[in-house]
Amino acid sequence: MTTPTNYSYTKTHEWIQFLDEETATSGITDFAQKALSDIVFINMPSEGDEVTCGESFADIESVKAVADINSPVSGTILETNETVEEDPSVINEDPYGSWIVKIGHIRAKDDLMNAEEYDRFCEEEEQ
Amino acid sequence: MKLVFERSIQGTGSTLLPPNDVEAYDLQEPYQRKLALHFPELTEGELSRHYSELESNAFGVNRGFYPLGSCTMKYSPKLNEECAALPGFADIHPLQPAHTVQGCMEAMALAEKLLCEITGMDNLTFQPAAGAHGEFTGLQLIKKYHDSRGDSKRVELIVPDTAHGTNPASASMGAFKTVAIPSKADGLVDLDALKAVVGENTAGLMLTNPSTLGLFEKDIVEIAKTVHEAGGLLYYDGANLNPVMGVVRPGDTGFDIVHLNLHKTFSTPHGGGGPGAGPVGCKAYLSEFLPLPRIVEEQGSLRFCSDSENSIGRVKAFYGHFLVIIKALAYILTLGKEGIPYAAQNAVLNANYMMKSLEDLYTVAYPGRCMHEFVLSAESLKKRTGVSAMDVAKALMDHGMHPPTVYFPLNVHEALMVEPTETESKPTIDAAVKVYREIYDLAFTNPALLHEAPVKAAIRRPDEVRAARTLVLRHSFSS
Repeated sequence: MTTPTNYSYTKTHEWIQFLDEETATSGITDFAQKALSDIVFINMPSEGDEVTCGESFADIESVKAVADINSPVSGTILETNETVEEDPSVINEDPYGSWIVKIGHIRAKDDLMNAEEYDRFCEEEEQ
Repeated sequence: MKLVFERSIQGTGSTLLPPNDVEAYDLQEPYQRKLALHFPELTEGELSRHYSELESNAFGVNRGFYPLGSCTMKYSPKLNEECAALPGFADIHPLQPAHTVQGCMEAMALAEKLLCEITGMDNLTFQPAAGAHGEFTGLQLIKKYHDSRGDSKRVELIVPDTAHGTNPASASMGAFKTVAIPSKADGLVDLDALKAVVGENTAGLMLTNPSTLGLFEKDIVEIAKTVHEAGGLLYYDGANLNPVMGVVRPGDTGFDIVHLNLHKTFSTPHGGGGPGAGPVGCKAYLSEFLPLPRIVEEQGSLRFCSDSENSIGRVKAFYGHFLVIIKALAYILTLGKEGIPYAAQNAVLNANYMMKSLEDLYTVAYPGRCMHEFVLSAESLKKRTGVSAMDVAKALMDHGMHPPTVYFPLNVHEALMVEPTETESKPTIDAAVKVYREIYDLAFTNPALLHEAPVKAAIRRPDEVRAARTLVLRHSFSS
């Protein structure tokens, strides 16, 4: 799967797509969904929750493990994706099309990678 | 296979139950049942077939090798069962006055004393029903301790990333915030990372030693010092006590609270054969917070004491799973002071022997000497052949052995976590090693066979996604 070039990435395998300076959607990468395997449940944050760079805002459960999803930015949860909550297996099928949360009032960003840097980072992780 | 209710044939029955020797009593409204109970109706022969079929579809330590990592699936000696079945233990009622069951009280008091000696604790409660319940109870002691000092800001529990999932879960249940710390490259607790997170909000550290990687935390004294100096307490998750029982006492290395899994370390039945027992021990300065009732001695006789202002309260009806305590006591008395550490040493020896016999093929996640268990990674095998840890685990089932724990701990990719325990012989371990090696070779010559496995098991590959998402937790009767 090609890594979208219009997204940014974290070292903990989340992606973020900025809709404007202050608003973005975020989800988990193809690498993350492969490592997790079949996803069965997401514990979503509530709308209005404050999120902080590098801190967990949701947890995701697969048949293998439970993992935290960390926020790439600091801001406020505007919306959670109900389709993904109802059937999280859509993340396995389309990780980059399945945003998990929409974050607004973004005031700080993590040290993010572009697609090329992220691909290289994943290659190093694989070794 | 069919459920016992589905085997039921109306009008058939058996005479297994003795005649009712209690006078019939008609309950009045509103306590009367409106609908008849769904009792299955089966002849004794059909019933016997039902349970034989269940047994043939199940796998236990009595059937074969069961090296399920961090679960300590050791053999449960039949002598334990015999002791627990003695009429003096079996034919009593929990509401009997204490003076009529002094022998039972004495057995529990003795078990408490011996487990305190093994763990280096001063007092112990048998109330918690199993390990996670013990964790919850232990964390309540931590909370009560800080509250009693008016220290209400201590809400953070530190948990290493190799911890059992129950640790953060228990922390949440106890309204604590979990602070996870990463392990160092050698798999041990990172002291610097620990020092960076301890502080005035630290309630305590939950630690399993040896860890789930089968490694002894050799810096434990320094770890304890760090947590104590910050004002926190040290909680010992007893899941992995087996390789150090009678050798290292958690209390001597700085732990304040310990939970034990009698169904792991002390050989009482485990899994479906339960129930479990998760006694919690603590240092003397925490004893006033233990759950009630507690056994106390007064003028030469034992009684349950239910008054202590500072107790966290009851965590279970009565005093835990009494007969499980008896089985564990029988085990401790059978092994004795020499046998307990000898069993621990053999658990370590067996694990190291098996790890050494496999390390040229499978990747050992943390090479070197292990304790009671070791973690293999099938990551490179998967990259080279497409055969995953799950495929290896499923293939083992076709060889009449239980798979190891897979995909845990989380910091090892494609993990296979193997704990042979001390009760397995060298020929059994050799036979298992041979199978592990054959499966490894097969991954290169015919991986498709491994993706198909198991072919001989009662259930092949269950649909885990459906099992997790579509829960069926009760049987619905058609009528």
